[in-house]
Amino acid sequence: MLGDRQQLSYIAAQAADARLNLELETEGMTLNIGPQHPATHGTLRIIARLDGEQVVWAEPACGYMHRGYEKLAEVRTFPQVTTLVNRIDWLGSFANEVPFILAAEKLMGVEAPTRAQYIRTILFELSRIANVSLFLGDLGVQLGAITPVFLAFRDREYVLNLIESATGGRFHPNFDRIGGLKDDLPAGWIDETRAVMKKLRGFCDQIEDLLFGNEIFQSRTRGIGVIPRDVALQYGLSGANLRASGVDWDLRRDQSLPMMWNKADWKVWTHPDGDSFARCWIRLQETRESTKIVDQLLGSIPAGPVMAKVPKIIKVPEGEAWVSTENPLGEMGYYVVSRGDLGPFRVKIRSASFNNISITPWLLRGVYVPDIVTILASLYFILGDIDR
Amino acid sequence: MSPLLAEIPYWGESLFRVLGGLVAVLLPAGTIVYVFLFKMMSFMQSRLGPMEAGPYGSMQLFAEVGKWLQKEDIVPERADARIFKMAPIIVLLSTFLLVVVVPFGPDALFTDLETGIFYALAVSSVSVLGILIAGWSSANKYSLLGGLRAAGQLIAYELPMVLAVMGVVIQAGTMNLQKIVVAQNSGSMFGIDAVGHPYLISQFVGFVIFMIAIQAELTQAPFDMPIAESELVSGYMTEYSGFRFLIFFIGEFATAGVFAMIASVLFLGGWGVPFSWFGWTSIDEVDNWMNFAGPLIMFTKMMLIVFIIMWIRFSYPRLREDQLQRFAWKGLIPVALANIMVTSILKVVF
Repeated sequence: MLGDRQQLSYIAAQAADARLNLELETEGMTLNIGPQHPATHGTLRIIARLDGEQVVWAEPACGYMHRGYEKLAEVRTFPQVTTLVNRIDWLGSFANEVPFILAAEKLMGVEAPTRAQYIRTILFELSRIANVSLFLGDLGVQLGAITPVFLAFRDREYVLNLIESATGGRFHPNFDRIGGLKDDLPAGWIDETRAVMKKLRGFCDQIEDLLFGNEIFQSRTRGIGVIPRDVALQYGLSGANLRASGVDWDLRRDQSLPMMWNKADWKVWTHPDGDSFARCWIRLQETRESTKIVDQLLGSIPAGPVMAKVPKIIKVPEGEAWVSTENPLGEMGYYVVSRGDLGPFRVKIRSASFNNISITPWLLRGVYVPDIVTILASLYFILGDIDR
Repeated sequence: MSPLLAEIPYWGESLFRVLGGLVAVLLPAGTIVYVFLFKMMSFMQSRLGPMEAGPYGSMQLFAEVGKWLQKEDIVPERADARIFKMAPIIVLLSTFLLVVVVPFGPDALFTDLETGIFYALAVSSVSVLGILIAGWSSANKYSLLGGLRAAGQLIAYELPMVLAVMGVVIQAGTMNLQKIVVAQNSGSMFGIDAVGHPYLISQFVGFVIFMIAIQAELTQAPFDMPIAESELVSGYMTEYSGFRFLIFFIGEFATAGVFAMIASVLFLGGWGVPFSWFGWTSIDEVDNWMNFAGPLIMFTKMMLIVFIIMWIRFSYPRLREDQLQRFAWKGLIPVALANIMVTSILKVVF
């Protein structure tokens, strides 16, 4: 297998370098990558001890943007919490609201009407597309190609416009309600969404041509930052990072939630290599699958109300509930404890990026400085998702 | 002594040459920044680029220069201040030294060195010194890594460049840039002299190697590790601000322009048009108006070459440092050596 051979030669080169450095008695250097650094898109800090350009030891230091959402949620009412959780993964906001609302609905024993479930699923996938398409562009910037990111911003704009016209908010829709949605879709939205999905499939082809087919891109990502299957499972990775290591696991398919993913015909992609290229490639394929899901669901939205009968003042009965969904970055879940009050007694947020970056000390050992950037970019975290 | 300047006193001639040098370096640099960095890059990225300053943003560069000149000239506390301040000037100096040997017309040249290309390749390495001391004196880890990467890269790619030029030198039989231009324009291919004999055709391998090497020498993507904004913030330029950054910035694009001029002299026939078009047979018969048309022709060819450089720059991702070195030593240099060998055999045979 090509990946294996490249990885072996890479390891051999590293070992040769290490021997040489031992002979030369070179001195180490500690490099703080971040909190303000172009490659960390946010305020993640990687403390790396370098030997020349090779990382001997690295550790992420997070918490520079901790906003205490778990604590804040305790002093909010249930409907108010969506405003907070919107801001966890700020590129795919709507997807953050859904698992929390589902948990609250589970506690209350209500279920959203079918039409609302369809629209929820569509908006969920749209936020995934908005999120991942930016990743695909940003990937180029991290590796030094400046053009893809502008294409990504251009085409993400179409998706954001759709989200805006449906929900009123581009970044933080705050559209999900316990028992349904705030509003129905505006007129003409469905046709427009179809057109945009076509555009985004074109964008995926363009990115594949421009970036994924490029020899330099491949040599920068193939065999770099390989996560074997068992290590990925041990570190609790989720989402595309896990699927890139060959684990066929997708909560959209494997879980029965009141959402409409099972109504569409789509495929969960996995990749056997587990390297940076695999992670990027999986995300590219998932964007395509998402556009397919949206297209299919748009055709079968039933008529009906978008809001179930819920009281004006929402009191959630006593109990505990755990709901997690397959968010753009990976598994995102809420453990909601209610004591029968207006607001939750305790909310534990399981965000994907926090677990995903926990593998970096293992992964960054022995790589070169440019590969730190590749690996961080391909792991794809969002700072808000790490520091909640 | 060129007949144009025959009646001008020495001081006047010197002034003329200095002004000419400034124009020859700064005018292409400004044009490249506007046409390629501002506009072409924007169009490639589906945006408009600067549109406010002047018609179609054409005055944007002046606005930028004005902004940079106003900014504070920050020297880091622990930096080696004197050397830190010197570094950008050394980088720009190498560009000015480089333009000295480039011919722009039959008489429009600064100096007619017999060892022109040798001199050009030698002074182009001066900029490495500037970059290295910029990286070292900034007292910044990112700068240091950037400076060291730059030194390694520029030295590695100097060699394929020299070897690629060697093919042209063998074919032309001279190192004088003016004579290389004449040899191309008065030459013929298989007895057909309609387009002269641009070495682009017979030295195509050399041209490709030379283009790759200048891409690396100019630290443009995919060889921009010394700057590598996503890894090293800004590499050796990280700590520079105000007009010292401006000098680095101008130096980058001015050097791109001058290297493109040298490439057009070596491979595209420089300032000349094929002599057969006007019935000239040697440089002495070339009409005087070529001294004015020559720079324009040169400018056009330079823009073509810079277009290729920038096109690649805006669409390729960055190589890794070890991949870059491997590419130079295992790829380019053997091919360049083979090119020299084939060229010299063919030269002897024909």
